[in-house]
Amino acid sequence: MSAKPAIKVEKLVKRFGKTTVLEGIDLAVERGQVTCLIGPSGSGKSTLLRCIALLEEANEGFIEINGEPLGFASGPNGERVRLPSSETQKVRAHIGMVFQQFNLWPHMTALGNVTEALVTVRRMLRKDAEQRAMTQLSNVGLSDRAGHYPSELSGGQQQRVAIARALALDPDIMLFDEPTSSLDPELTGEVLAVMRDLAESGMTMLVVTHEIGFAASVGSKIVFLDQGKLIVEGKPEEVFGKPRHERIDQFLDTYLDRGAATLL
Amino acid sequence: MTFDLDLIVLYLPDIVRALGVTILLWLAGSALGLLVGFLIAVARRYGPRWLDWALLAPVELIRGTPFLVQIFLLYYGGPFIGLSLDSITAGLLGLTIYGAAYYSELWRSGFVAIPKGHVEAAQCVGLNRTQTLRRIILPEMTMLLLPSMVNMTILMLKETAILSIISVPELTLAVSALGTKYYAFVEGFAILALVYWALVEACSALGRYAESRLSKYRFAVS
Ligand SMILES: Nc1ncnc2c1ncn2[C@@H]1O[C@H](COP(=O)(O)OP(=O)(O)OP(=O)(O)O)[C@@H](O)[C@H]1O
Ligand SMILES: [Mg+2]
Repeated sequence: MSAKPAIKVEKLVKRFGKTTVLEGIDLAVERGQVTCLIGPSGSGKSTLLRCIALLEEANEGFIEINGEPLGFASGPNGERVRLPSSETQKVRAHIGMVFQQFNLWPHMTALGNVTEALVTVRRMLRKDAEQRAMTQLSNVGLSDRAGHYPSELSGGQQQRVAIARALALDPDIMLFDEPTSSLDPELTGEVLAVMRDLAESGMTMLVVTHEIGFAASVGSKIVFLDQGKLIVEGKPEEVFGKPRHERIDQFLDTYLDRGAATLL
Repeated sequence: MTFDLDLIVLYLPDIVRALGVTILLWLAGSALGLLVGFLIAVARRYGPRWLDWALLAPVELIRGTPFLVQIFLLYYGGPFIGLSLDSITAGLLGLTIYGAAYYSELWRSGFVAIPKGHVEAAQCVGLNRTQTLRRIILPEMTMLLLPSMVNMTILMLKETAILSIISVPELTLAVSALGTKYYAFVEGFAILALVYWALVEACSALGRYAESRLSKYRFAVS
């Protein structure tokens, strides 16, 4: 394993108005590992992910991607120095993001969604971009749906297109924010399978999920967030195995049905 | 009531010319209104806070007063502030301003209606602001706004009739002039109604065609 973690979050603070949503998060995501972020609703999981994806700007602290500062660098006295946006965009290109709501663009086909950034941002020829997009779509099992609009796809298929869209840009880190939470139960499997394959291929992943089964079996590390603080961190068997941290116990009881919790 | 067809035939060339003026002012006024309205909406959304406030008042003023009053003030009041325009220019300017106010509100509703996540997805794959606007927001908005844009454009056509009060040589003025001359108001205005209606129908048909082309993804907003 290389010395620099893929993602390093240092003393990250995020406030919305007067409420502090992240209260000084320290987190390292090692390269090639799957880190699962769990925690009760409102604990700040999405906010943390969105800060790393630069969809929100943190108020304090630093984020490094592969050792390079994202958005802000640390000045000589530890103060935050805003980096030029061209540099920020370069670092951001290492990251792919998948949303709970898929967020496919409805006026483009599956192929169009995957091709868009390749042509508009990466300036690839459309022909080459489409070839690359088709490869990505077939990796998620959707080559036969390339010409379909999002409205013509099931939720599971839409989410797989969204994963292909992110992967087409060849990121080395993938962020997932509850990728299966808006899917019918019978469709979560196909999305989790794609994520499992991705994990096996060695992708660095940071996954917010309520799928404790997935977290326990695929996660290399579980991180438990509660009220904006990272309170437990460890291997799945350490975090879920007994004796458990009291808050994890409560979480499993409150947020999962007891049946699922006892399986662990 | 006798329907005097001879009169119509006699003055057909005049009427056709006036129809041309109506259509031209309508299309030009709508196109300019759409464009200026778009710029206003973009400025209000992406510009500084003060610009949003500065643009709010004129938009509300235009939407809050009758077009008849606006056009009257522009044409007859303009010279007092050094703005002497011929009637066609004043008509086009008036239509543009009037249209811009309404279209800007439509554009604004479009911006609001686009799910934030669609824009964030664009940011995440590296599209910059202009690219996001051009590739994601605008096309998506087009499909959302098409019906209300067509509707507004139909209203714009009917507002051109008001330009007759500043003697723009458009259809309504031409027909009422004939009416006055020959006491043939009913014939004239019946034809007038039919012509406007035909134009409106053509415009709606075009809108429906465009909508059907877009229907594949119209209801796909997740
Ligand atoms: N844009 C915002 N403005 C104000 N408050 C916000 C905003 N986004 C999130 N919050 C608040 O921040 C807190 C953390 O929200 P966040 O979405 O990160 O939680 P979460 O852990 O992802 O929860 P969930 O499991 O429900 O998705 C919540 O109290 C939320 O109300
Ligand atoms: Mg969340």
